[in-house]
Amino acid sequence: MTFADLRKGMSGKVVRITGNSDDVMRLQEMGLTVGTQFKVVKIAPFGDPIEIDLRGYRLCLRKHETREYEVELVQS
Amino acid sequence: MPAQTRNERIRGRAGSELKTHKLVAVVGNPNAGKTTLFNSLTGSYQKVGNYPGVTVEKVSGTLRFAEETVEVIDVPGLYSLAPVSEDERVAVDVIEGVAKGTSKPDLLVCVMDADNLERNLYLYTQLAESGHPILVALTMVDRLKKNGKQIDLVRLSNLLGCEVVPVVGHKSRGLTDLKEAIERNLEMPKHPRFELGLPDAIETRIASLRERMARLGADFSNAEVREGLLEPSKNFQKFLSDFPELEEPFEEARAHLTERVSESPKADVGTRYQWAAMVQRAVLQETVAPKKRTITDRLDALLVHRVFGLIVFVGLMYLVFQSIYTFAQPVMNGIEAFFNLIGKTVSPHLAGVPILQSLVVDGLIGGVGGMLVFLPQILILFFFIAVLEGTGYLARAAFLMDRLLGWCGLNGRAFIPLLSSFACAIPGIMSARVMPDPKSRLATILVAPLMSCSARLPVYLLLIGAFIQPKFGAFWAGFTLFAMHFLGLIVAVPIVYILNRKILRGKRLPFLLELPPYQLPKWRDVWLAMYFRGKVFVKTAGTIIVFMSMLIWALSYFPRSNEAAQQYTASFVVSNPSATKDEIAKYVDEEQLAHSFLGSFGKTIEPIFRPAGFDWRITTAILSAFPARETVVPSLGIIFNLGNDVNEGSADLRKSLAQSKWPDGRPLFTGWTAIGLMVFFALCAQCMATLATVKRETNSWKWAAFMFTYMTVLAYLAAVGVHQLELLFAR
Repeated sequence: MTFADLRKGMSGKVVRITGNSDDVMRLQEMGLTVGTQFKVVKIAPFGDPIEIDLRGYRLCLRKHETREYEVELVQS
Repeated sequence: MPAQTRNERIRGRAGSELKTHKLVAVVGNPNAGKTTLFNSLTGSYQKVGNYPGVTVEKVSGTLRFAEETVEVIDVPGLYSLAPVSEDERVAVDVIEGVAKGTSKPDLLVCVMDADNLERNLYLYTQLAESGHPILVALTMVDRLKKNGKQIDLVRLSNLLGCEVVPVVGHKSRGLTDLKEAIERNLEMPKHPRFELGLPDAIETRIASLRERMARLGADFSNAEVREGLLEPSKNFQKFLSDFPELEEPFEEARAHLTERVSESPKADVGTRYQWAAMVQRAVLQETVAPKKRTITDRLDALLVHRVFGLIVFVGLMYLVFQSIYTFAQPVMNGIEAFFNLIGKTVSPHLAGVPILQSLVVDGLIGGVGGMLVFLPQILILFFFIAVLEGTGYLARAAFLMDRLLGWCGLNGRAFIPLLSSFACAIPGIMSARVMPDPKSRLATILVAPLMSCSARLPVYLLLIGAFIQPKFGAFWAGFTLFAMHFLGLIVAVPIVYILNRKILRGKRLPFLLELPPYQLPKWRDVWLAMYFRGKVFVKTAGTIIVFMSMLIWALSYFPRSNEAAQQYTASFVVSNPSATKDEIAKYVDEEQLAHSFLGSFGKTIEPIFRPAGFDWRITTAILSAFPARETVVPSLGIIFNLGNDVNEGSADLRKSLAQSKWPDGRPLFTGWTAIGLMVFFALCAQCMATLATVKRETNSWKWAAFMFTYMTVLAYLAAVGVHQLELLFAR
């Protein structure tokens, strides 16, 4: 599943990153590496972007800019 | 560029340049408290300029010690030494000492947010490898404590390999310690060194090789196997020759290693974050169990709520807009009145030399006043931006708005520049700095002046009052005013779309927005931001504006001679024997303008504006309003024979516009002509201050020229369109 499939309050984990674009590189540098756990804190009023909590801070991402990320749910 | 040539360049330069000050660079992630720390270190001893050739602002200041003075430079915030934005590229250049106009820093003060240590440590791993002496300033320790956590400073310092000083920037706590530490570290620099190991994938291979060897009875450590892969010792080679079945996996691992090492000899992102997580675990102690809901969570529940969040947002933006639009007005009127008063006071003293009188009063005093009048709006807007940004709300607002602005190629941060541009494009364009992505920023700057600013209002009020209200009533007058304000916004959407697809090159950055915890605004940062924004505007845009005002003055003044003036007077008196002195003076003014360079130019290009239904008088008024569109009102006053003491409410000007005719006796202005002229002014770029600001913010005349061209063409075509519709339907 991808970030677009997540709902508010869900916890997840990055399983795999396909692709090697600059966007992906930057997302990794922001701490979103394989194995990173996160929680969806909020989804913006118009459905995009989403706010996640990772590595102790809050980051907002657009769904379509994280297409190359594969994530899975984690029981929190 | 390979690192070696860079280093050679630095060395080459250091030899030729005389270095007087030591240079301290303050580096760190955005939101780490870097600017607050820089402000408390340097106070108002700051210089704001531009890095040559780029749009990134250079902020530096001085720090005084007993023995020496050092230069401190506020490096733009960055997340990584692999830059993606122009800001980050400049930041990396400054750190490496290759940015134009700066030397290699003698010390990096790395600002780290104690409450967001893991992410901040990622940048540190890269800085530590850059070979610079580093001193860490740990900010937000007060917030950390409030959240029931604390950091083992000694342990952190040991793990990082450099000194760590905790500071609370805005309260100046720890500031003396930091200054002492800077002095000490400049004296005896500490170069942090640590081993991150190789990228993960290779380490896994090494571990599996080691396991295989162990099964064959050879006990080697990971480090020994790693060494064995890179530079095998004789002992190791001897061991390998005894086990031919190991040859293949070793060769394979070696090939993989060479390949990976040649493409990136450094540890990968994952490895760095593993190290960062390890450090954080080792130094962070939770003294109290963490609260389930922090203050930030509670505020966010309201402020980014899908209904209340939007209501609060609209309310706040209304407050900002009203402040720029309404509250600035009395101050602006005051400034205008003040410069008028100066003009009137100075004027009689120069009456003996009419050319000097006109130059000083109309050119110089008018020009300076016309520039300073924007200052209240700039200061008010930057007050709000500094407060909203400092509290963390700006990021939330961008989060809320991103979807609405994102689909045509902008992003959530564009709302502040665009909204402010409805009051005045100048602060709007300056505030596009809140957008780190250069492509979106440029697109925002280029469409910001399409928003209908307060300077268009006099033009609308004059023409609506003269042609719409008398004929169609108050409702349609109000509707026209609204439609004029809406027009720019509607036009901006396809323009942004085209700009992003066809004109602006380069890749758009992903919209990555950090949502920092809420905090109270730091008032010193707010005042300093207002002060430096105002200063930058007056210094750079101001000089251009005053220069251009003088130029337009000269074009509308010359050529002029006493003989010509006497001739105009004589011919006027013949046809109007009972004319008063004032009427004669007005007529002479009108004739002088008609025969000036500007007037002749207006007549020359009248054919171009004919399809829009404008005659040479309207054309000349448009030309003379190049410095500022609102000056079209006094210009029309002069041209339509009323002297320049008119404003948009003056009944005489409305009357004389309504009565003016083409040479063949048709009325010059119809309702359509008025709408055409309003549409022209709604879309044109007739504002020198805006163009000067665009030049300053994009650091090139190219974009200012581009903006002027596309907006003028657009305005012209729209005005022609209106007139052609009139010909089609109304006659």
